[in-house]
Amino acid sequence: MTSTVDAPPDASPPEIPELEGKTTVGDRVFRALAVAAGSLIMIALAAVFIFLAIEGAPGFTADEQHYDGKGSFIGLVVPLVFGTTYAAVLALLIAVPFAIGIALFVSHYAPRRVAKPLGFVIDLLAAVPSVVFGLWGGLALGPYIRPLHEWLHNTLGFLPFFDGQPSATGRTLLTASIVLAIMILPIITALCREIFSQTPTLHEEAALALGATRWEMIRYAVFPYARSGMVSAIMLGLGRALGETMAVAMVLSSSPIIVLDIITSDNPRTIAAHIAQNYKETTPEKVAVLIACGLVLFAFTFGVNALARWIVGRGERKQAA
Amino acid sequence: MSTLDTLSPMEAGRLPRNAPLFVGVAALAAGALVVVLGGSLVLGAVTAALVFIIALPLWSAVVENRRAAVDRLVTGLVWTAFAVALVPLIWLVWMVLDRGLATINPEFLTYSMRSVIGDEQGGLYHALMGTIVITLIATAISVPVGIFAAIYLIEYGKGTKMSRAITFLVDVMTGIPSIVAGLFAFAMFALILGPTRFGLAGGIALTLLMIPTVVRSTEEMLKLVPDDLREASYALGVPKWRTIAKVVLPTSVAGIVTGVVLAISRVIGETAPLLVAAGFTNNLNTNPVDGSMMTLPVFIFTQFGQATEKGYSYAWGGALVLIVIVMLLNLTARIVGKIFAPKTGR
Repeated sequence: MTSTVDAPPDASPPEIPELEGKTTVGDRVFRALAVAAGSLIMIALAAVFIFLAIEGAPGFTADEQHYDGKGSFIGLVVPLVFGTTYAAVLALLIAVPFAIGIALFVSHYAPRRVAKPLGFVIDLLAAVPSVVFGLWGGLALGPYIRPLHEWLHNTLGFLPFFDGQPSATGRTLLTASIVLAIMILPIITALCREIFSQTPTLHEEAALALGATRWEMIRYAVFPYARSGMVSAIMLGLGRALGETMAVAMVLSSSPIIVLDIITSDNPRTIAAHIAQNYKETTPEKVAVLIACGLVLFAFTFGVNALARWIVGRGERKQAA
Repeated sequence: MSTLDTLSPMEAGRLPRNAPLFVGVAALAAGALVVVLGGSLVLGAVTAALVFIIALPLWSAVVENRRAAVDRLVTGLVWTAFAVALVPLIWLVWMVLDRGLATINPEFLTYSMRSVIGDEQGGLYHALMGTIVITLIATAISVPVGIFAAIYLIEYGKGTKMSRAITFLVDVMTGIPSIVAGLFAFAMFALILGPTRFGLAGGIALTLLMIPTVVRSTEEMLKLVPDDLREASYALGVPKWRTIAKVVLPTSVAGIVTGVVLAISRVIGETAPLLVAAGFTNNLNTNPVDGSMMTLPVFIFTQFGQATEKGYSYAWGGALVLIVIVMLLNLTARIVGKIFAPKTGR
């Protein structure tokens, strides 16, 4: 009721009324809290990297004895990176066809009324804690699919993946990959489902009107539209599989070695499982080595996730253009 | 030939409407035959599925055309994919119920593993308490931080450089492997206190995993609040912070609570970070800043690691308790979401 009203109307451009009400002390406090929370997230992530780097740095160049008989950090980490990638890729090979099938089932095949509850059932898989999956994989699935190991060895034994002596316990990389696949199935399914159901109805109806069967409609209308989304869903699933610990740590008896065989009892180890299996460690040098391994895993998954998001971004830009 | 000519062109060369049903029954019969002839139940199921997937397209290829046959093949595959995915879920739930119920008794729920040797009765009371303490710590830190960060993103920082940076970093945090979060908490406290493991470190590790989920879900909910409500409030001269506190947050509270409960149910089952940061113990410890603290997932892992019959059965018992907690949380989240669904007038 003071200056703005009293001033002559042509003295200065009228102050644009503050849309967001008047600024009070409460406002400043609230704003500060919000900014602080946002900054905390940024600081936290920077802290993750800095603390891991500080504590892990000695791990890159520690004494030979701390590398589990592998001599050097490279000697230890290369087999671990191999094991991590190998297990994750195998899990993807198993999970992706199922995930796409289930996503299509929920978005295009299942009767409308039951589609949503059925999708929810698959989401339930995501709610099961990883340690329970590990328990089930080690005690139930592994022994149960031992005959499958022998069958693979007998029929496909000429391939490098199946030529070793099948394990007697079923606790092999094959079993671990199946468990991993089940664990990443819900996330890939959920993302694919989302993308599939966003396909413009006009495209689908146009395809059907031209006489396409349902499969042809999906192939020529849904898949091209969803391609980048599917790729990024798969990459996110890969990121999840790379960082998953318990399934591999509990199912496998493993060591840092490079082998292609997936049905024997000599199995490659993943980075995460290596850290989990040495969790009792308190010797500073060994801890540093473990943290250095964690840093490698962090960088690895970060790269995969960043790639996934870049693909999504590119897909969105293409559609916007 | 003459019968075909009398059919209308729309009906010519089509399988009867209930063809899938016929083939399904035939496939089940084939599966049953395998079981009767001495095959295992699984072999029977596999046979039935294969017969169903292959027979229908073959029949279609004979009567209809190649394109229709491919369509029927894909339909069969899609249904099978879904059915197969149900197998591990049902199997796992059944195993956990079966083995877990055999283990659980009042002592199992109220004893710790302190100086339990051989076949003596022990329990998971210490792990249950540890899980509650650590989860409470994680919730107490990540809920305010997560909600205020989301408020910043939606209400204050829209389109600014900082909000873009936060959105990106939240994305990155979503992808942090859980064990790296544990290593971080461990490394941070190791730098200050030397390598020790205790409950608070576990709570910090879980916070790191929980914040992105809370930010994401809160952000989505705040976006749903119509701008009309905000503008109506501003028009009445209400300051921005009161608008947020009295209009925006109450409108979206159901969704936010649902998101928080789901986030809790996600981190409560995390094993790897707690293994690294909070350690393990057989004793009851409710002091988060002194000494290792046991949690349910770590209890399951260590009992499994014993590789004894007793260890396995305790692990299943722990798994049942953990799954019940997670499912109760999920159920709560859905009920809260249903009861207080956002009233946007749509």
